[in-house]
Amino acid sequence: MEQIKLTVNGKGYELQVRPWASLLEVIRDDLGLTGTKEGCGEGECGACTVIMDGKAVNSCIVLAVEADGRQITTIEGLAEGDKLHPVQEAFLEMGGMQCGFCTPGMILSTKVLLDGNKNPTDEDIRKGLEGNFCRCTGYTKIFESVKAAAQKIRR
Amino acid sequence: MAQFYKRLPRFQYLLPKTIEEALSFLKEHKAAARLFAGGTDLIPQLKKREVDIPRCLVDLKGIPGLDSIAYDEEAGLKIGPLATINAIKDCPYVRDHYPSLLQAASSMASPQVRNRGTFAGNICSAVPSADSAPALLALEASVRLLGQKGAREVPMDKFFTGPRKTVLETDEMLLEIRVPRPKPGSRNVYLKLSPRHSMDLAIVGVAVVATCEDGICKDIKIALGAVAPTPIRVPAAERILEGKRITPEIIEEVSQNVAAQCSPIDDHRASLEYRRDMVYILARRALNNVLTK
Repeated sequence: MEQIKLTVNGKGYELQVRPWASLLEVIRDDLGLTGTKEGCGEGECGACTVIMDGKAVNSCIVLAVEADGRQITTIEGLAEGDKLHPVQEAFLEMGGMQCGFCTPGMILSTKVLLDGNKNPTDEDIRKGLEGNFCRCTGYTKIFESVKAAAQKIRR
Repeated sequence: MAQFYKRLPRFQYLLPKTIEEALSFLKEHKAAARLFAGGTDLIPQLKKREVDIPRCLVDLKGIPGLDSIAYDEEAGLKIGPLATINAIKDCPYVRDHYPSLLQAASSMASPQVRNRGTFAGNICSAVPSADSAPALLALEASVRLLGQKGAREVPMDKFFTGPRKTVLETDEMLLEIRVPRPKPGSRNVYLKLSPRHSMDLAIVGVAVVATCEDGICKDIKIALGAVAPTPIRVPAAERILEGKRITPEIIEEVSQNVAAQCSPIDDHRASLEYRRDMVYILARRALNNVLTK
């Protein structure tokens, strides 16, 4: 077992992890934060996206030991109490989801995109979300949600 | 159909703090050790049990300074083994001097993968469709390798030996990718064909570096990805152009020659004929891009 220290959603943890455990397994199974989803398990679909030190990563292909000393944000870390993050509000209002499985990843990728660029072009949005697959919506409403989120954040 | 486990096999995790320590781990464990950088290729391969399970992973990320990207007018660009694909993409030197590297980096995978994956990993994995490879080949890059027997510099066109095979010995690590400064007035481009714009491998990749003076082609390097067992240069086609006046006819001739030089596979991604036709189209487009605009 390896000893790691990491911060998840602002809360510090000291954990014993198996060297071959993915960050996703530790987030879901050890910390019980099941908002992060396992889709393909091989870094293709983006359902397991979390933010590590300000960058979007696929937690299914990051080892938990690699997260030692890092700051992680999962979907559970966006809202402040009952107050949803503007990106979450936008996805709700625009109906940017169907089954919802890809939504945590979509929202976190959107947050990273908008943190770096409050006025994304259509192309910026497509590039920003290119690592997140949705098998339900056809992306149109997700795309509109991102635009609405950008507008909310600019206000 | 391959069994899909989604869980990693057991291995020991080693986190050396210096290059010497990393090399001593490689010496000790030899082929039972795997160097570990971004992991975006290795981790999925291990999950799918596509490679021999290593006894230990040697994570290079504990060694400071390996993620550097440096440029100077003499030596050109030096890319450290832990420089991520996104770091290359966002590097101002790359944007100003090496558009082909920028195009290759931007075309790869997704933001999540580009935040972790490295250029060094992309070429050490040695997949024939590796996007960074044709650009690096055409720019006449080289790699600096360090092992128990010392350091050596290998030009990119001697680095790949087969699909997923390179000259890298089991006790060696890649220390640096060196990309010479582009010649004054030269231009470079990388064009990639893939059915999707994201998360997709190249069906064909073409990189061209050229210098054109007064309508004469002074210097030309052409490299291809995904259409041979390794990424390749096409010197026979380069020789046709060198020193010649640029005309639509000669660009046509060279593009056809480039297509004749490749040896694509015929698979579910694309047929052999389609790949060859697209090599012709992309070569012509890339040549026009750097020579006539």
